[in-house]
Amino acid sequence: MKIAVCVNYVPDTASKININEDNISIDKTGIAFVLNPYDEYAIEEALKIKEHSGGETFVISAGSESNKEAIRKALAMGIDNGILLITRNELDSYSAAYALADEIKNIGADVVLLGKQSVDYDNSIVGQITAEILNYPCITVVTKLELDGEKVIAEREIEGGKEIVETHLPVVITAQKGLNDPRYASLKGIMTAKKKIIDEKPIAAIDNFTETISIIKPAPKQKGRILGSDKSAVKELVNLLHNEAKAF
Amino acid sequence: MANNIIVFLEQRNDIIKKSSFETLCFAEKLNSKLSGVLSAVLIGNEIGNLEEIKKYSSANILFIKDERLKLYSPSAYAQALVKVVEANAGDIILFANTSLGRDLAPKVSTKIKAGCLTDCVAIDYEGNELIATRPVYAGKALLKTKIKTDKKVFTLRPNTFPLSPVENIKETQIEILKIDNLDFSIKVIDLIKSSDKADVSEAEIVVAGGRGLKSAENFVLIEELAQALKGAVGASRAVIDAGWRPHDEQVGQTGKTVSPKLYIACGISGAIQHTAGMATSKCIVAINKDNDAPIFSIADYGISGDLFEILPALTEEINTIKKQ
Ligand SMILES: Cc1cc2nc3c(=O)[nH]c(=O)nc-3n(C[C@H](O)[C@H](O)[C@H](O)COP(=O)(O)OP(=O)(O)OC[C@H]3O[C@@H](n4cnc5c(N)ncnc54)[C@H](O)[C@@H]3O)c2cc1C
Ligand SMILES: Nc1ncnc2c1ncn2[C@@H]1O[C@H](COP(=O)(O)O)[C@@H](O)[C@H]1O
Repeated sequence: MKIAVCVNYVPDTASKININEDNISIDKTGIAFVLNPYDEYAIEEALKIKEHSGGETFVISAGSESNKEAIRKALAMGIDNGILLITRNELDSYSAAYALADEIKNIGADVVLLGKQSVDYDNSIVGQITAEILNYPCITVVTKLELDGEKVIAEREIEGGKEIVETHLPVVITAQKGLNDPRYASLKGIMTAKKKIIDEKPIAAIDNFTETISIIKPAPKQKGRILGSDKSAVKELVNLLHNEAKAF
Repeated sequence: MANNIIVFLEQRNDIIKKSSFETLCFAEKLNSKLSGVLSAVLIGNEIGNLEEIKKYSSANILFIKDERLKLYSPSAYAQALVKVVEANAGDIILFANTSLGRDLAPKVSTKIKAGCLTDCVAIDYEGNELIATRPVYAGKALLKTKIKTDKKVFTLRPNTFPLSPVENIKETQIEILKIDNLDFSIKVIDLIKSSDKADVSEAEIVVAGGRGLKSAENFVLIEELAQALKGAVGASRAVIDAGWRPHDEQVGQTGKTVSPKLYIACGISGAIQHTAGMATSKCIVAINKDNDAPIFSIADYGISGDLFEILPALTEEINTIKKQ
């Protein structure tokens, strides 16, 4: 079995975002980048599948040289091989997915795991697009995964409940929190990862389907009113909610 | 600009969702600026509230009716939609950004070689171009993006685009379609409801509790207030991680994005990962004993005090007003 995990490298959500003067990019200095949090669930699931059914694991990231950090983290957790699809250009979800799909075909992966969304742009579409390009079935926002021979059964989160979805290999899965508890990289894992060679492959053609027009800061919210510090403020609050904000 | 719009109306348990009607209302407005045809597509078996469509739109109604489509099948739904888009020369395809919409829209978009933008909070014409606005970086910035392909797919954030009934709707047509050789290679075989309560992401009012509640038992205070307001219960990640509440109530970056009319945050500090999921709520109330809690910086109204004292009084006052 060949298992591929796609990972993204994104600003830590706690970082302060400053917009450059061009109004279409952010100032990356001083921002801490991290492995996209949802991708950790995808990595963990790949490791679990290998432990259970055997096989070989691959981590792929499409982007710039710095994405190697995300790949290293996956290698440190225990993934066998790292591949960087490198470009200096901006990739949108489509270009990223086309590049990933090419490499997944190359590997011949039976199971492809991604996070449910990147926490920078929150698109949550790369998994679905990649699957369509590969013509693989795709189950998104998965909280439980079972492989039984060729059969795949997954639970996906929906409003007010869960759907149990059935399909077959090869498959693309996007991971949601709850799928598993990602392991910490061991010291030995970190040392091994440092020595591993990450396979670098240039992305030939980039064909973005979307184009950024601008990034802006949301208009600052007017400072709210503190109505008091105990229950004596409740009457006024209810009155304001009912009559001023018409919120109920 | 001849632009045909196709809106996907999502049903669950044979009832069309409110967020789909919101999407339809937006489509109706967009259509009035264009010279194309507006169609609304439904996929399912029996639709209980089909007539409601006419309250909001005079779209042509295309109903793909098949018993097997009562439950979601990503492969069959995508295939059916692509057929409809092709047969009706659809240019702009709209979905509500629900769990189903977000799963399906990019699959359809890739099949028809269109770009897709998800979770849009605004879509406007700037000159001749449709520009979508989406919150990014945990809500710290807004990204304006255009789709470069001829066909365009968007998903719209629920509770963001207003429901606007139209008067004097012209007669609409309902066309029942059958599609042969549907692909069920991937399908939902069972649906497990976690409760009968409204989901946080769909509720008009959300009462959310954080670590300040101190225990699972104390959430009864949140439940009672939610009940008084006929709203849903939400929670911060700290609460979910402690096992006090189920994961499907988590609001925030790793949980659900909500945009209700009223969001009451109780004993929640307002970490960026939490506010990422609720900052676009229309009215935000914060109850927190710490004057400096970041939640106050995005709240419209606040009480900086002890929630154990304030919540029972608040529930009582709301019940009193509601009885009047
Ligand atoms: C990758 C990542 C993803 C995350 N995703 C999410 C997410 O989706 N959703 C989310 O919520 N968090 C998320 N977090 C966690 C987030 O950073 C915060 O840790 C979390 O939101 C804190 O929850 P809290 O506000 O309930 O708890 P705390 O920060 O501990 O706040 C408790 C608050 O209660 C107040 N309080 C205490 N007692 C009382 C009282 N008696 N009366 C009134 N007020 C009282 C305190 O003043 C305090 O402000 C994420 C973190 C990371 C790193
Ligand atoms: N540039 C990329 N390289 C590798 N994987 C990616 C890339 N962008 C997104 N992904 C994967 O796709 C998932 C969904 O991302 P998105 O659609 O951008 O929200 C992420 O959790 C990653 O697993």
